[in-house]
Amino acid sequence: MGTLQLEVVTPDRTVVSKVVEMAICPGVEGEFGVLPQHVSLLSALKVGGLRYRADGKDEYIFISGGFADVNNNVLTVLAESAELAANIDSARAQQAKERAERRIAEHKEGVDMLRAEAALQRAIMRLRLSQLR
Amino acid sequence: MPSLKDVKTKIVGVGKTKQITKAMNMVASAKLRGAQARIERFRPYAAKYRDVLAELSSKVEGDAHPLLTEHEEKKSCAIVLITSDRGLCGSFNGNIIARALQLAKEKTAAGMRVSFACVGRKGRDAVRSAGYEIFMAYADRMGSIDFPLASSVAQEVINGYETATYDEVWLIYGEFVSMGSQPPRTLCLLPLTTPEAGEVAADDAKPRCEYVYEPQEEKLLAELLPRYVKVQVYRGMLDTSASEHAARMAAMDNATRNCNELINTLTLLYNKTRQASITSELIDIVGGAEALKG
Repeated sequence: MGTLQLEVVTPDRTVVSKVVEMAICPGVEGEFGVLPQHVSLLSALKVGGLRYRADGKDEYIFISGGFADVNNNVLTVLAESAELAANIDSARAQQAKERAERRIAEHKEGVDMLRAEAALQRAIMRLRLSQLR
Repeated sequence: MPSLKDVKTKIVGVGKTKQITKAMNMVASAKLRGAQARIERFRPYAAKYRDVLAELSSKVEGDAHPLLTEHEEKKSCAIVLITSDRGLCGSFNGNIIARALQLAKEKTAAGMRVSFACVGRKGRDAVRSAGYEIFMAYADRMGSIDFPLASSVAQEVINGYETATYDEVWLIYGEFVSMGSQPPRTLCLLPLTTPEAGEVAADDAKPRCEYVYEPQEEKLLAELLPRYVKVQVYRGMLDTSASEHAARMAAMDNATRNCNELINTLTLLYNKTRQASITSELIDIVGGAEALKG
């Protein structure tokens, strides 16, 4: 069995670049696992947690949507933003969650509902991941 | 002949200017390092994005997505103009603005309504005084550019393009070629032209077998294309920011050198004036002594 190289890149930096045993990505059509020797795949990702196992330990990364490309045992995840679960600021996520909930509850004119809902989703996902670490 | 005191004041003044330009040069070089590092970090993302998109678009028919289709009737045009917030960087902003106004003129001549989205104060001010319509402006943001900013600019023009508010979208920014060269660059943002697959596909990067796409190609393309626009805008911002600092460094270096020259000339003048006054005093004294002897 070969190895799998995981690369998580955002416009601002490379978040993770290491050899992993497996990775589970939040695809738009359901989660999918990637093991070494995976078939070439290109998939869009939704907001969610990416789990990978390196040296027998599980780690989580928050992904705010993007896409994953598997080719020749390299899994590249291109995300607009990504954070290691250990680095998530749960207080900030909590605030963001409350703000988004308030916005949705008020349901005012001129408030972009789609955006508020997306923000809420991101905040919830961040919180959930920060508890997993 | 100017008086000794005037020359002295002038020398001190120029010396102070020199201190400022020197400091600005150093600040710009520190900021340039940061901006360059950001470009470096962004490059893997952009490169990967190009590869993936090239791969995908070769599989899909040309007009599969509204962002790829050219509008038949061209009535209006949006120009995204990225400049710096502050001046004192030579002709950097001037060049970009000149390019933008020229493009705006061409488009107006072609019967299109032109409106601008400006990032950076200099561009906004110039466009405003030239009398063009501005539908979006971000001033004082070049110091804190980030992907969400690029994203909101891009989203605005994408929405405009899809609802046919704009039939063409152009991006103008200062490309960072090297320390000595930051030419303005014009890029057609929408309709999108997808990158060519040929130049990037090296042998080892080729897939061993057919790709599996999830969801289907067309849907995936619909996800990827708008983001590609954002990536382009973000790249423009990063480039402009690095170029601005490089241009400022060069401009301030020049200014410092000019100050040195000026100080040399003035010091020469100062010494000459001083000698002239000593000589004339001596003549006076000697003349007076001669007259007493007389």
